[in-house]
Amino acid sequence: MVKDNSSYWQDNLRIIMKCLIIWFVVSYGFGLVLVEPLNTIKLGGYKLGFWFAQQGSIVTFVALVFWYSFKMNQLDKKYGVEE
Amino acid sequence: MDELKLYTYIAVFGSFAMYFAIAWWARAGTTKEFYVAGGGIGPLQNGMAIAADWMSAASFISMAGLIAFLGYGGSVFLMGWTGGYVILAMCLAPYMRKHGKFTVPEFIGDRYYSKTARIVAVACLIIASLTYIIGQMKGVGVAFSRFLEVDYGLGLGIGMGVVWVYAVLGGMKGITYTQIAQYCVLIFAYTIPAVFISMQLTGNPIPQLGLGSTLSDGSGMYLLDKLDLVVTELGFKEYTTGQLGNNANMIAYTLSLMIGTAGLPHVIMRFFTVPSVKAARSSAGYALVFIALLYTVAPAVGAMARLNLMSTIEPTAGENLVYAERPQWFKDWEKTGLLKFEDKNGDGKIQYTADKSSNEMVKVDRDIMVLANPAIANLPNWVIALVAAGGLAAALSTAAGLLLAISSSVSHDLMKGVFMPDLSEKNELLAGRGVMTVAILVSGYLGLNPPGFAAGTVALAFGLAAASIFPALMMGIFSRKINGQAAVWGMCSGIGITMLYVFMHKGIMFIPGTSFLGGMDANWFFGISPNAFGVIGAVVNFAVAFAVTKVTGPAPVEIQQMVDNFRTPAGGVSAAHDH
Repeated sequence: MVKDNSSYWQDNLRIIMKCLIIWFVVSYGFGLVLVEPLNTIKLGGYKLGFWFAQQGSIVTFVALVFWYSFKMNQLDKKYGVEE
Repeated sequence: MDELKLYTYIAVFGSFAMYFAIAWWARAGTTKEFYVAGGGIGPLQNGMAIAADWMSAASFISMAGLIAFLGYGGSVFLMGWTGGYVILAMCLAPYMRKHGKFTVPEFIGDRYYSKTARIVAVACLIIASLTYIIGQMKGVGVAFSRFLEVDYGLGLGIGMGVVWVYAVLGGMKGITYTQIAQYCVLIFAYTIPAVFISMQLTGNPIPQLGLGSTLSDGSGMYLLDKLDLVVTELGFKEYTTGQLGNNANMIAYTLSLMIGTAGLPHVIMRFFTVPSVKAARSSAGYALVFIALLYTVAPAVGAMARLNLMSTIEPTAGENLVYAERPQWFKDWEKTGLLKFEDKNGDGKIQYTADKSSNEMVKVDRDIMVLANPAIANLPNWVIALVAAGGLAAALSTAAGLLLAISSSVSHDLMKGVFMPDLSEKNELLAGRGVMTVAILVSGYLGLNPPGFAAGTVALAFGLAAASIFPALMMGIFSRKINGQAAVWGMCSGIGITMLYVFMHKGIMFIPGTSFLGGMDANWFFGISPNAFGVIGAVVNFAVAFAVTKVTGPAPVEIQQMVDNFRTPAGGVSAAHDH
């Protein structure tokens, strides 16, 4: 059995928090709230805020899910809680 | 028979034959195979199956059309329908997979040690899933009637028959492998026309890059700048900045779609098919990759379709198209009634403007954009045929997933779990197949006679999932203390307030004239549209559940131990639920 389940869970929560902050910033931050100032910057033909709303946030979501999966596998090993 | 029809028959019936072959090869023999495909699906395959399960006729047919006409405002659908997977991957899927059961209501019933909670969850699941299926069935009927020119009802019947064969025979196992095939069909059907069109317009074959490139017409202008210019000249909102309601509405809408996505049972149950917690985490990642392939192409499809439509109607600035010289696709869609022209000023030319009194394109249905796109861009017939097969694959794969969610919740949760605990495995399997057959007949009937409120109920389905199932699952995992009573009260009040708000503004059961606050935007709570209200329902659900737990005390110790157990990948399934 797991010796210190609560600190494993606390570490998991920390990783989730980091991911959700980035998740929030790229979508609600860059894509919605800060869209106007960001739109003054251009990325090729894209206005930057528009790009985050229709492309960048989705790409970031994909990266976040893989990063979470990678970090959790490390965490499982560290605490010896792999299946 | 003309060439296009021949190709379409080959694409559609060829893909059906493939689904049948897969269903026969992957038929289910046990309840474990029927409900969770034996629990042995690899993460990559599961990711593909989740993508097909999730991307419905709405994603395939309607979304790019919505973006084409909403522009930047359409971003809520792009972010909302993908961002939910981040929550699902981190906050729900791994722990629910660890708990190791067959259905979402079963998880809720175990965690809240309450048959009432389980029954409430079943009710939410059935309402949300049935409303979804109506949309898929309509998609099947429309695809058949437009592309093969068969009767809408006959097309619907054929679709029902196809789903019946592989979903009833194969259960989750058959559905999983057909969904993998359907994903391949739908992603090719979606991206190939987009690649062609992106090449034509910008010279860049990758649509995601083409959307940010300059036009290849020699003007050197960026595609999006040109689109902004064209639409604002005609009085429409600027494409790259036009909002959907106010800022609060866009945020609430996106959040509602995200948590609604995370709370939809037919998606969650796909995570029960993988062999481990590790595989559940990575299959969420693969699923999102496969979904993102379509979702990052969709904005390009939308913008390019809008531009093509505009330049068809106004080939050179100030010179509008003469109605008598309109292209063939224009005539084809006029026949369906989804495209309508009215020569208001009698000059024989088509004026398309934002001003309602002088606009002569009196109807441009958003749903035709993806389906008509290949024809508007003059693509070869086999591409158009592929789009028909892709639309059907998207609708059928989602319908099958929803049907399984319904049948498992009735046969496993209600019959075996609550009313007939002595049901043998063989009879439970039989019951599952029987319930699915009934569900297909009911959804076919509703697809043929869509209730007047069908359009409004899609919002209700998302609102329900967001306001009832999502908070119950989140609290069940992240709090050890929330008790059974609290969960039931929370779910009921979450649903209650969401339905009240939707009915207040859209009419009781969507019957026009019964809405006591009217559809008036002015009465919207902080400008939040009824479609975006699920998130408020979720907040109410959380608040009520915490308050009730404060008063009635925390969940029993063995339940808290069960929570500790499913938070950790190691160790067997907790004994707490078998007491």
